[in-house]
Amino acid sequence: MTATKAPTPSPPQQRAVRRLGDRVFAGSAKGSGIFILLVLAGVAAFLVSEAIPALTAPAEEIPGGEGLTGYVAPLIVGTLLGAVLALLVATPLAVGIALYITYYAPRRIAATMGYVIDLLAAIPSVVYGFWGLAVLAPALVPFHRWAADDLGWLPFFAGPASASGRTMLTVGLVLAVMILPIISAIAREVFSQAPALHREAALALGATRWEMIKMAVLPYGRSGVIAGAMLGLGRALGETMAVAIVLSGGAGATLNLIGSSNPSTIASNIALRFPEATGIDVNTLVASGLVLFVITLAVNMLARWIVNRRADFSGAN
Amino acid sequence: MGNRPFLPYRVCPAPPETHAFTSRTGRRPHPVGKGSGGVHRPFTDRPGTGHLGCLPSLPVGSSRARRPVRSPLAKGTELKLSTRSRAAVLSTTLAGTLALAACGAANESESASGGSGGGSDSSAAELSGDLVGAGASSQQAAMEAWQAGFEGEHPEVQFSYDPVGSGGGREQFIAGSTDFAGSDAALDEEELAAAQERCGGGEVFELPNYISPIAVVFNLEGVEELDLSPATIARIFAGQITTWNDPAIAQENPDAQLPDTPITPVHRGDDSGTTDNFTDYLFQTAGDVWTSEPDGVWPLPGGEAANGTSGVVEVVTSTAGAVTYADASRAGDLGVVNVGVGDEFVAPSAEAAAAVVENSPAVEGRGEYDFAIEVNRQTEGSGEYPIVLVSYHIGCLRYDDQSTADNVQAFMSYVISEDGQQTAAENAGNAPISDTLREQAQTAVDAINAG
Repeated sequence: MTATKAPTPSPPQQRAVRRLGDRVFAGSAKGSGIFILLVLAGVAAFLVSEAIPALTAPAEEIPGGEGLTGYVAPLIVGTLLGAVLALLVATPLAVGIALYITYYAPRRIAATMGYVIDLLAAIPSVVYGFWGLAVLAPALVPFHRWAADDLGWLPFFAGPASASGRTMLTVGLVLAVMILPIISAIAREVFSQAPALHREAALALGATRWEMIKMAVLPYGRSGVIAGAMLGLGRALGETMAVAIVLSGGAGATLNLIGSSNPSTIASNIALRFPEATGIDVNTLVASGLVLFVITLAVNMLARWIVNRRADFSGAN
Repeated sequence: MGNRPFLPYRVCPAPPETHAFTSRTGRRPHPVGKGSGGVHRPFTDRPGTGHLGCLPSLPVGSSRARRPVRSPLAKGTELKLSTRSRAAVLSTTLAGTLALAACGAANESESASGGSGGGSDSSAAELSGDLVGAGASSQQAAMEAWQAGFEGEHPEVQFSYDPVGSGGGREQFIAGSTDFAGSDAALDEEELAAAQERCGGGEVFELPNYISPIAVVFNLEGVEELDLSPATIARIFAGQITTWNDPAIAQENPDAQLPDTPITPVHRGDDSGTTDNFTDYLFQTAGDVWTSEPDGVWPLPGGEAANGTSGVVEVVTSTAGAVTYADASRAGDLGVVNVGVGDEFVAPSAEAAAAVVENSPAVEGRGEYDFAIEVNRQTEGSGEYPIVLVSYHIGCLRYDDQSTADNVQAFMSYVISEDGQQTAAENAGNAPISDTLREQAQTAVDAINAG
């Protein structure tokens, strides 16, 4: 976001007075910052040290017998497929919700809707999982059949259609609902902060409301929406229980979204396999966790880079 | 959030003429606008911010003067937002990894409490101290029942059972951090040697105390039971038979009304003892169809997978034509397969499961009180159901201190007692062991001592 580029207030001419409160606050703030870095370093160290036996083990000892790459590759595909699908569904929806709440809805409805959307974030992911398994998956079975019959020429709908609906497509939709509140909350925040002068100027020049949003609000909020989407992507990548419950996983990598055989995701695979795993199996699972750690880190760095690159056009100045 | 007021505009006093602008029906043309009502509608309709009313009457300069006030406000909010986003990402990453770390920590604390298995020398009647076990999660429901019953008899004993999984249970027992292990598989040669060392060079006992029949269940409208031979079951789960009216099924069930529904075989997505036993059964009885070695993780690629017994049962219940294997007590309203044994077809039942365990050969070369068995999957004995999960209790015949020995002895006596087995069956739906198995186990329990 733009915080990193915010102009710092010009330094005061005379030496600043430092009271006890200043020192205590500065110290505790610095301490917190260092602490979180230490925790992160500790987690990274744990992941690496636990993953080393799997990284160095001969290929045939890794579960599946095809080495670590063969084991993790389908999981990476599954993880990215589900998360990207969720993002593609959730982002436009979240932007629409945020625009409606900030610029279209009557105030009372807007406030209520805001709370309801935020409530979505308070539902535990296990509950989303059961909802996906018991309600959404059976409800989507007819769509799966239709997609396999009529859209089968697309690799995503190659079929054969799953009879239970517990597919990557369903997982993507469940994840989309789960990340919707994150993206829409952030989008709402930035949209509501679009400079009133810009908006009024647009209207004054004869813009309709949509034109005003297109010219004044969206350019201003773009970096915020991207940041929110990346945050949502982070959650979708790491989501465990909902995927573990809904997805019929464990197969090799495939782009087919509607079949019974789907690649599992890294997080759900760890959750499913860890309880009974021993020896090198545990190390393999931790190594896959390390891969997820790196992916999430890369996604966040990418998001930060996009946001910073866009900051100049954000309209905040 | 969405309706956060813009402070500077809020405080400005509304000039008298703003009424026309703020009123929701007001269509008075804006003085600087083009004069078309369409343009101004949104202006006056805006219910959100409430600042627009005073804008037209303000001189341009005053609005500019407000800029510095508003700008830091917006920056501050954005700053907060970006910190929050970082924190959220971090906590997501951390939560996952810490969960793993927590599992490790649980194991370690187990060793701390396990080592100190009750220092005081108490008499046999008044048991006290600790009794620590860990292992198979399949036994968990039964173990809860046993714990409740055992603590009722011996309230002074601190009992704990950590369902870490069979492998973890055996490892912890061998490392000496627990007093006994629960395991879906008997110790292998290597583990046996290590376990004997852990028991001070003495023998170990392995008692098949938890027996649970695994049923093949299906969801097929109007069909409540089917007779299937092992080869047919294997071909269904290998994906070679794809519809319910396949000749192979019809031939074994001449009286059943079989629809042409496609078969959806569902297997466990997690690593499970149920899968291990089921694939072992398929491998041993239908080796020409089922060529994969038995494994806790489903060996075939692809197919419908679900998480845990509840997961597979839920999927089969909601999917027409689905079939899976699950603990027999969880079959509910689903159709149940009678499995081909010799010339007859046997339904899963407690008696049939106990019968096959009773008649299975012991693993050779074990100690006097080691009752590890090779379940006789290929049995042709009448009334024996070969797809069973057998879970053992593994412990030492000789413990270092008296109180641990007394506690293990008392607990195992309770577990194999008629009362203990019945309580577990009510709670977990497993099959109570037969009298023959009980007598055999009792000899081992009686032999437990300290020294």
